[in-house]
Order: sequence, then C-alpha cells, then structure tokens
Amino acid sequence: MTEAVLETRDLCKRFGALEVSKDVSISLRPGEIHAVIGPNGAGKSTLIKQICGAEKPDDGRIYLLGEDVTHLSVDARARAGLARTFQVSALAMEDTVLENAALGVVGASGKAFRFFRPVLKDTEVLSRVEAALERVGLADAAGKQTSELSHGQRRQLEVAIALTLAPKVFVMDEPMAGLGAEGSKTMTGFLDGLRHEAPILLVEHDMDAVFALADRISVLVYGSIIASGTVEEIRADPAVREAYLGDLS
Amino acid sequence: MTREGIVNALVLVCLVLVPGWAFYAGETFTITLATRVVILALAAVGLNIALGLGGLVSLGHAVFFGLGGYTMGILAYHVQAYEPLFEWPFLFEGTKSMPAIWLAAVVLSALTAFVIGLLCLRTSGAYFIMITLAFGQMFYFFSISWSAYGGEDGLSIYVRNGFPGLNTLDPIQFYGLCFCVLVVVLWFASRLNRSRFGLALNAARQSPERVEAVGLRPFHLRLTAFVISGAVTGLAGALFADLNRFVSPAMFSWQMSGEIMILVILGGVGRLYGPVVGAIVFVALEHVLGDLSDYWHIYLGLLLLTVVLFVRGGLIGAVTGRRAAHD
Repeated sequence: MTEAVLETRDLCKRFGALEVSKDVSISLRPGEIHAVIGPNGAGKSTLIKQICGAEKPDDGRIYLLGEDVTHLSVDARARAGLARTFQVSALAMEDTVLENAALGVVGASGKAFRFFRPVLKDTEVLSRVEAALERVGLADAAGKQTSELSHGQRRQLEVAIALTLAPKVFVMDEPMAGLGAEGSKTMTGFLDGLRHEAPILLVEHDMDAVFALADRISVLVYGSIIASGTVEEIRADPAVREAYLGDLS
Repeated sequence: MTREGIVNALVLVCLVLVPGWAFYAGETFTITLATRVVILALAAVGLNIALGLGGLVSLGHAVFFGLGGYTMGILAYHVQAYEPLFEWPFLFEGTKSMPAIWLAAVVLSALTAFVIGLLCLRTSGAYFIMITLAFGQMFYFFSISWSAYGGEDGLSIYVRNGFPGLNTLDPIQFYGLCFCVLVVVLWFASRLNRSRFGLALNAARQSPERVEAVGLRPFHLRLTAFVISGAVTGLAGALFADLNRFVSPAMFSWQMSGEIMILVILGGVGRLYGPVVGAIVFVALEHVLGDLSDYWHIYLGLLLLTVVLFVRGGLIGAVTGRRAAHD
C-alpha cells in the first residue's frame, strides 16, 4: 500500500455529551477519490472541519503528507497543500468572480503583502486564474459580481479557487449541492479527471456521483465509521444498507 | 471612465477651483475652510482603509489624530521655548520642519497602531468598537493630565512650521501643500485597494474563512491595514495642528473619533473619495448651519440618519449607484 497523502487516526470529538467523532480513521491515497457518506447529523461536517483545522479534535491525530498537522491552523494546513471547498459557499460576494479566484493565486504564492502593483494586471496571476475558471466552466462569468452567480456557479467557483492553490489534497464538502442534474454530471466528469492531479476526499449526498467517482467509500453514522471499502463492498454491506442505503435499494 | 471616476474627478476639480477663486477674491477664510476640509478628509481616508477595506469599526482613531497633533506640538514647542527635547545621547532641540514632523507623526502613529491593533484585533464587532474607544479615552485623559505640554489647555505654536521652498503662513500655499498630500495619499489608497494586499483584505472582511482556506491569516491582514490606517490619520493630525497652530486634548476625544467616522459614513464607506465628500459636506454644514444655530449638529444628525437609512454607499453611492466592479 502506498503511503496515504491524508490520514486521520482515531479522531474523537465531543460537543458536551454528544460524540460527533468516535475513533474516526480514514486515509486518502494518491490518485484516489475517497467518499465519506452518511445520513444528516452523522458528523461529516465536523470531520471536515477537524481535517481542515477549523475544529480541534479532542483526541487522535491528523497527518498530511506524512506530517503531523493536528495542531496546525487552518491557514498553515492550506499552505501545506490542503485545499478545501465549503458546503455553504464562502466567497467574497461583493467582488468579481475573477477577484475571488485571484485570491487563491495570491494565497498560494505567499505574497499577499504587496501594496502597490494592481493584482489584476499581473499577467502571471491572470493566466492562472483564467485557466482555473476555464476548467470549471466559469470563464464567461469572470467579470460578474459573485453575488450575481447562481448557486451552482458558486460551487464551481469554490472548486476553481481550490484549483488555483495547486494543492496536494482536495477536501470537498458537497461540491454537487445545488448543481442540478446537468451541472452535477459535468462536475462528476471534471472531478473524475482531477483525482490524478491530487486525491480528493469527497463528502457528498449525491449517491449517483459518489458511486460513479469513488475508489473507496467510508460510511459515517453517529460519528463512527461503520464500513469502509470499495463501491461494491459498500453496496453489499448489510450494516450500511440498514443504516443508510436501505431506502435506495 | 466610470461614473464614480467622473464624480471623483469633479470633487478634485472643486478642491482646486474653490480655493483658487477664494484666493483671487481675497476670501482668506474660505481658504482656511478648504484646508480644514482637506485635512479632515485625509484623516478619514486613513480610517477608511481600516473601516472600508478591512471592516474594522474603530472608534479610536482620534488616538492617531491626536498623536500626530501632539507630535507636531511637542517638537515645535521645544524650539519655540528654547528648551531642548533631550540632551542625551545627543542634543535635540525639536524641529519646526514639516517633513521631519510628518515623518515622526507617521512613525509614532504606526507603532501605536501596531500595539493597539495587536490587542484590539483579537476581538471583533461591538467589543472591537469598545476597546478602541477605551484606548482613545486613555490617551485623552493622559493628555489632559500631562501638564508639561499644557494639560487641559493645550499647546499653542505661534508660528506655523516650515516646508522647504514654501511660505506656509500664506494660506493658499499651506492649502496647496495639504491638497498635494491628500492627492498623494488618495493615489496610494487606490493602488492599495487594487493590490494583492487590498484584494486579500477585502476578502478577509467579507469571508474570513475563505482567506484562511487559501493560506492567509486574516489577523495579519487586518493588523497591517490598521497600521497603515493609523499612520495616515496621524499625518492628518500633524497637519491639523499646524492649521490651527494649536493642539489640545480635544484631538484625542471620542467626539473626534466619531467625527472622523461620520465623514467616512456620510461620504461612503469603502469608496475612495467617500471621506473627501464627507469632509466637504461636514465642513460646509458646520459653517453654514453653525452661523444659524449653535445646535447645528441636529441637522448633521438628520442628514446622517437619512444617509445611513436610505442611501447605500453614502453620498458617493447616492450619485453613482452601486460600487462598480474593479476596473
């Protein structure tokens, strides 16, 4: 087995009496898409937050590229190569699409403390931003104010910003949400190719997308991983069927 | 040129034509009013960097305004009184040179903003407002009790400080100097807004999580903005003291902080020329209504209410509509 790019070991997190993560261990290997599925309230979002650094686990460790990042801040993990997309779009709504994507380039370059040259006249920044927007299909909307984007376009912009970071790992929190059937299909095709650039930890509700994309699936129920395996194994797993997929079969 | 660009250009033209007319008509008082406009605008341009770009509602910017004022006052006072400011490690008698005073005011304000920002920026929202206000009050009461420099009575500087090649006692020349400083700072602020730093700071105001997720610390961005903001307001303070040839604890008062903030809100938060328009309207009202009634602030209050309640983007926004995407 090749070494995991991203790995959690025995993560535990409690909010009062509520255990939202119980010994969660998952790993992400190079070139794969690892989907985390589970019913609402299973602790998927809290898991993502712990991986990205927005919440501190009570116990357990997180490794990124073999380094222990458990105590690193959100921004330090981002600089270490972790790119996250948000479930609820976190974008600068008053700014243009282009500016939002440029923020990714500025962040990734580590040169944010430049006060004088207009960032949008920097050809190097522009070429990377335009390439990223082109790839997610937002090139035509580059000049639009972000608040004018449809819900689906905002998801695309989230992904475009992640692309500008040229990360080692993608952590995507429901990138399909609100995309509609057609958009969802396009995004599925796009993510399919993206796994070869950097592996993707995917939290997603859209089961068609998950089954089409995932190399491995982990099922999270009440904070515990109740099953982990290939698509076929998960589909066949009786515990999963009872807890989660029952209504689908 | 965008509509906002045209309005901005018109404002600048006004700031050239009105004092120009006053000079030929011999209306010295109008020139002094215009100088007051330009200097207050400069102070508010400073605050606008923190408030408009960074979203930092500082009710303590009088600290920097006052520091600039007292920097000028103290440096010039020692020359005036023939008492060296210090004799060790070298003899320093103070200075009456504006460039040196400006440099001192900017450096001192920036350092102070760094320390205050380090503490205040750990909070946000109402707490941030309160803690910046508290710092303002600290400086205010300190200045009142510091009797070496006039305490409550303030310090009078009889002769305006000098600038190489200019007769600063001539109102129009002093106005021209202040106007040039404002234009340079406005130009700097517009570059700042469009720079990498400006982009990141703007985003940190709107979505701090996003900024963190691309590997930047919102705290660092805000602290830097606060320092730049304080330095600009400090420079304005030094000029303001030179305009009045007088500095007093009033420059540190919370009313002063409020006044600077009113200029920004009136003109348009985050708009490059918002503070300039705010200062023009404020000084005009102060002058026109102040003649009619001692209670002219009532009308200022009404205007402020109207702007805040009904006009997005202040007076600039009322004329130009929504902020145009960066061109």
